[in-house]
Amino acid sequence: MSAREHDNAAARTQFFAKLKVALKDGPPAAARRGNVELRLQSPPSHPLPERVNKSRDQLRQQFRSYLEGQSATIIEVAGAAEVPSAIAAWLRENNLPHAVRNGDDAWLAALPWTTDPTLQRDAGPAQADDVVSLSHAIAAVSETGTLVLASGTDNPVTLNFVPENHIIVVEEGDLVGPYEAVWTRLRTRFGKGHMPRTVNFISGPSRTADIGGTLVTGAHGPRRLCVIFVRG
Amino acid sequence: MNSSAHNFKANAKVALADAQLQSALGKLKGGLVANRAKARDALPEFEALRDVAKDIKNHTIANLDLYLEAYEKNARAAGANVHFAETAADAREIILQICRAANAKIVTKGKSMVSEEIGLNDYLEAAGGLEVVETDLGEYLVQIRRETPSHIIAPAIHLTQDQVEADFRRLHTHLPADRVLVEPAQLVNEARQILRQKFMTADVGITGANFLVAETGSSIIVTNEGNGDLTQSLAKTHIVIASIEKLVPTLEDLSTILRLLARSATGQECSTYMTLSTGARRVNDLDGPANYHVVILDNGRTDLIGSEFQDVLRCIRCGACMNHCPVYGAIGGHAYGWVYPGPIGSVLTPALIGVKEAGNLPNASTFCGKCADVCPMKIPLPDLMRHWREAEFAAGDLPRVYRTGLMTWAYFARHPRLYHAVAKVGIPLLSLFNRRGRFAHLPFAGSWTRHRDMPAPQGRTFQQLWAEQQAGVQS
Ligand code: SF4
Repeated sequence: MSAREHDNAAARTQFFAKLKVALKDGPPAAARRGNVELRLQSPPSHPLPERVNKSRDQLRQQFRSYLEGQSATIIEVAGAAEVPSAIAAWLRENNLPHAVRNGDDAWLAALPWTTDPTLQRDAGPAQADDVVSLSHAIAAVSETGTLVLASGTDNPVTLNFVPENHIIVVEEGDLVGPYEAVWTRLRTRFGKGHMPRTVNFISGPSRTADIGGTLVTGAHGPRRLCVIFVRG
Repeated sequence: MNSSAHNFKANAKVALADAQLQSALGKLKGGLVANRAKARDALPEFEALRDVAKDIKNHTIANLDLYLEAYEKNARAAGANVHFAETAADAREIILQICRAANAKIVTKGKSMVSEEIGLNDYLEAAGGLEVVETDLGEYLVQIRRETPSHIIAPAIHLTQDQVEADFRRLHTHLPADRVLVEPAQLVNEARQILRQKFMTADVGITGANFLVAETGSSIIVTNEGNGDLTQSLAKTHIVIASIEKLVPTLEDLSTILRLLARSATGQECSTYMTLSTGARRVNDLDGPANYHVVILDNGRTDLIGSEFQDVLRCIRCGACMNHCPVYGAIGGHAYGWVYPGPIGSVLTPALIGVKEAGNLPNASTFCGKCADVCPMKIPLPDLMRHWREAEFAAGDLPRVYRTGLMTWAYFARHPRLYHAVAKVGIPLLSLFNRRGRFAHLPFAGSWTRHRDMPAPQGRTFQQLWAEQQAGVQS
């Protein structure tokens, strides 16, 4: 049955020895190292698409129209205080149970939930029978209508994929133009070169075209994605 | 995976006669091809970004040793176990050992062409006694038929909806026999219910990686279904299998190439999910895998660095070259006989399994150049196919009749006077076979003229006409 034990240290040495031979026609590693370290320290600024150079208002509209084109629902509210009632209204509208699962995100916890006492909130990672989950995004990217979520106790990763309905709240202050602005934010928030276990870029409900090429939403992940965009 | 690439011609013949396959392939043009064109037009920077992306990958490969070192260091610092596999057999064995250590019974898998390349599923099932479940819908459809993917991003593109329904009725016998399965959504839903059970009970989740980022030690998957994320978030152990050329230096390099990937692949502005994974779950995390392993595979790729085939290492597996290829469009992916079909397969397959086995593939090209036109990474695919033809000729692997024909032509081509003399005599001779400007039949070219006519040369040779015209210009 089982073959020999894999000797990883030996394999690693062999791996790099082969690479050295393959790269022999170029400059030696020592001569290239400075350049490589520089790139890793200060990443290059590649050209950005023109569509990110817009006013805040246009960026917001662009975010909205891409996201809607990707089969998501987007609800704009005037301020954080309106989030609980917007969630309750959306659940009612879609005949969903008034219960959501969320992590221990401090900003979400501070919202005025008491305005809607019928709304039940359970804490923790997703359970198999959860129907609706609630997350707080770290960014909204206008370039393609994309939400960015960072995993942790505040926003457990399974909330993004297990329940059939996912509500993501994002604040207007976290709206950015290009993906590159997300990298900058991640570096500030987690430290340069450090990341949470997962960073999820989400641009709509899950979908597939694997059966006869027909697009169907609700493949393995959420069937519905509702984004609550908090103005201000 | 076992190869039948040597059987390409016979495979192609079967594919051309397969009515169901032909009906499935008919959708390529209207779907993926049209969508890509729309997405490209909606991003004016698309063409310029191709050059930037090409430079990024060239730079990475020229410094692959250093970026791999940096990736490994940063991944380990974040809690990853990094394994090095020189061959497919090494990778299979490493993965089996990790599954054993995890006491695994059920393994879920996200889509990974590299795992197909190393024949992972069969090995884990046979040598490990594990239940391996493909969770990408297309991969699942292919797995339950015990077939292989016929496209690198749409594995079941060769199947019609009716075939899927028949398979589900045959296999999912625990469900009511009279259930309605008319709409694609009903079929998707049935698969969703079945695979949910697997996600929830899997001990190990295996995914591929579209990219590895050296700066942060992250692995990246890009999907639409969310199956890869369920695979890698619910099992206790997450294993990533990735080949060395997936590396990019920084997050900025990643986002630049990402702008090309989804647009080239499915014509989406972006895929629904793009996930960066770095290390195992953190101490306080409530979910996510407790163990995170990355298996870095070489399997012959290092040998391509510095060779005339190096450019192929820029490939991001978007599938655009096969979507636009007239040969792929006519015969589908299975005829190519190994993991990677279409133009990228014609270049990569001989590199990975040898030109002796796969020498037919680079010959299966009309040299229309469409693949190179659409390749986001600007890989000169037709040139690379031509290199393989040369290599095949040099290795003496061509059948006698091709060799003799090519050598005869080469002899005359090197002796222009003789060439002209023979052409002058030959053309009038050919008129014996000429039927209204076309040859329906030619000696020594039977297999060509069996399926089409050859246009007959019109009177004089090109050189004669050229000489006359030059004389005319000068007078
Ligand atoms: S060769 Fe180019 S077009 Fe083909 S899959 Fe690779 S990147 Fe895409």
